[in-house]
Amino acid sequence: MPPFLFWIFALLMLVFGAAVVINRNPIASALNLVVSFLGLAALFMSLDAFFVGIIQVLIYAGAIMVLFLFIIMLLDLRAEKLRKINWLASAGGIAVALVLLTQILYVIGNLKAAQQTFPPLARSTIDDVRNVGLVLFGNYNLPFQIIGILVLVATIGIVLLSRHELR
Amino acid sequence: MSGDVVDQIFIRAKQWLLSWLAGAPDWIIQITSSLLNIFALLGVFLTLFALISVLERKILGRMQNRYGPNRVGPFGLFQPIADGIKMLIKEDIVPARADKIVHFLAPILIAATAILALGVIPYGRNMTPFAIDGGILFFFAVGSTTELAVFMAGWGSNNKFSMLGAMRAIAQMVSYELPLIITTLPVVMVAGALSPDVIVTAQAGYSFGFVPHWFVTTPWGAAAFVLFFVSGLVESNRTPFDVPEGESEIVAGHMTEYSGFKYATFFMAEYIGMFAISGLAVTLFLGGWHAPVRVLQFIPSYIWFFAKLSALLFVYIWLRGTLPRTRIDHIMNFAWKFMLPMAFTCIFAAAVWHYMGRGLAGWLCSLAVIGIVYIALSILLDTRKRFATRTYRFAE
Repeated sequence: MPPFLFWIFALLMLVFGAAVVINRNPIASALNLVVSFLGLAALFMSLDAFFVGIIQVLIYAGAIMVLFLFIIMLLDLRAEKLRKINWLASAGGIAVALVLLTQILYVIGNLKAAQQTFPPLARSTIDDVRNVGLVLFGNYNLPFQIIGILVLVATIGIVLLSRHELR
Repeated sequence: MSGDVVDQIFIRAKQWLLSWLAGAPDWIIQITSSLLNIFALLGVFLTLFALISVLERKILGRMQNRYGPNRVGPFGLFQPIADGIKMLIKEDIVPARADKIVHFLAPILIAATAILALGVIPYGRNMTPFAIDGGILFFFAVGSTTELAVFMAGWGSNNKFSMLGAMRAIAQMVSYELPLIITTLPVVMVAGALSPDVIVTAQAGYSFGFVPHWFVTTPWGAAAFVLFFVSGLVESNRTPFDVPEGESEIVAGHMTEYSGFKYATFFMAEYIGMFAISGLAVTLFLGGWHAPVRVLQFIPSYIWFFAKLSALLFVYIWLRGTLPRTRIDHIMNFAWKFMLPMAFTCIFAAAVWHYMGRGLAGWLCSLAVIGIVYIALSILLDTRKRFATRTYRFAE
């Protein structure tokens, strides 16, 4: 992929990710998060991982964010009032973030694998979806089935809890 | 071979245009090639949108015993141009309390997602504008973003009718997305790929020379096609499922606060979405660009695709002229109690058909599976018993 596309989408993600935190209106935050997800999906796609990119849009931008927005809307949250900035608390927050950042940079700097450039992967002869399916239903079949049962239990639980007449 | 030349004429035209750029860097050729695809797609479908908007009014007019538009141009064919000019010169009103950015972005997003979805459909032999492995998934991923656009329109307008309309639209779109995606699963399973091109190739060939191997000719395919079509009606907010914009109750739903060209954009996105979902139905069940009988294969593939697409669009218009609006609780009950179980049955019936050798025995067995579930569901969901005998009350 052309490197400038990577920088555009990475910048897009970071700017809108920051906007999620800075915005005082919960719905505006949620919409910014969607743009951030779309940027992430574009990054996946530019790495030829079409399946992961599409799933990113389908699940996160499509399903989860719609759910988020619905809940925010039903709870009728007002825009958070601008509070006075607590300088001590924000200084502490910045210090923690800086410590974490230096830690990450230090670890990456000392890791051998992080410094070499990897050769591009050979194009697979079978498509993405088939690969994911083979791994999911071959190597990880048992965990996959267990997760299926977990989701089913959760669904039944929600149906039971939302029935008011049942005590 | 003359038929082949006509069939591939657009591909050759594109190659000829690109040959002018021979010697240019790769990325220029790549971008030009994509731009050519995009312009061709937009040109074709915006023309089709203009045509269908006037044809719909003409056909509806005929169904309701009146003429429909016949003033502008021959047979009223220039009506869309007049409509377009009218929409362009109207004042663009943004409510004072609206969220300006969200209100402005909603029509752009809804049109963009509708047009993006068109990209993965094969319009003819070698004529897929954007061929990727997970084309079907891409279609649904893009389609699911429409809900966000509807939400943005409803919330950004800051109007209770807009909000109610958006809530209705999202509720029914989320509910019907499930049967829509599940009815594509049997096709994906039988074709063994998520790529629209492979799915169309899997439907090539004829039995006895006149029965095409389209998936709609199998029992599971026919059932899935009907379910898919009904879900498509809901996803594109068409009658009888147009409660989101029920004008007698909530003005125009999420589009209430839009005027002028922004309203026209919503209108266009609705039609483009309709083309996209019909195009996908043609690709998945009606054999894509394949001819219905072997002797008609000399007609170019794209003509067949657009003939099938127009037939489906006519059914859309026909339903609009025939059926009244459905109540929202009926729509929801229908989705969860009937559509979803039937969609799962289609998967099972397709598996039965596949493992019995795809022959006559499998055909009959999958018909039996679908028939049994259909009858069982109709008995289980029968509500006739609950109705009391009708009593009449008179003013005294």
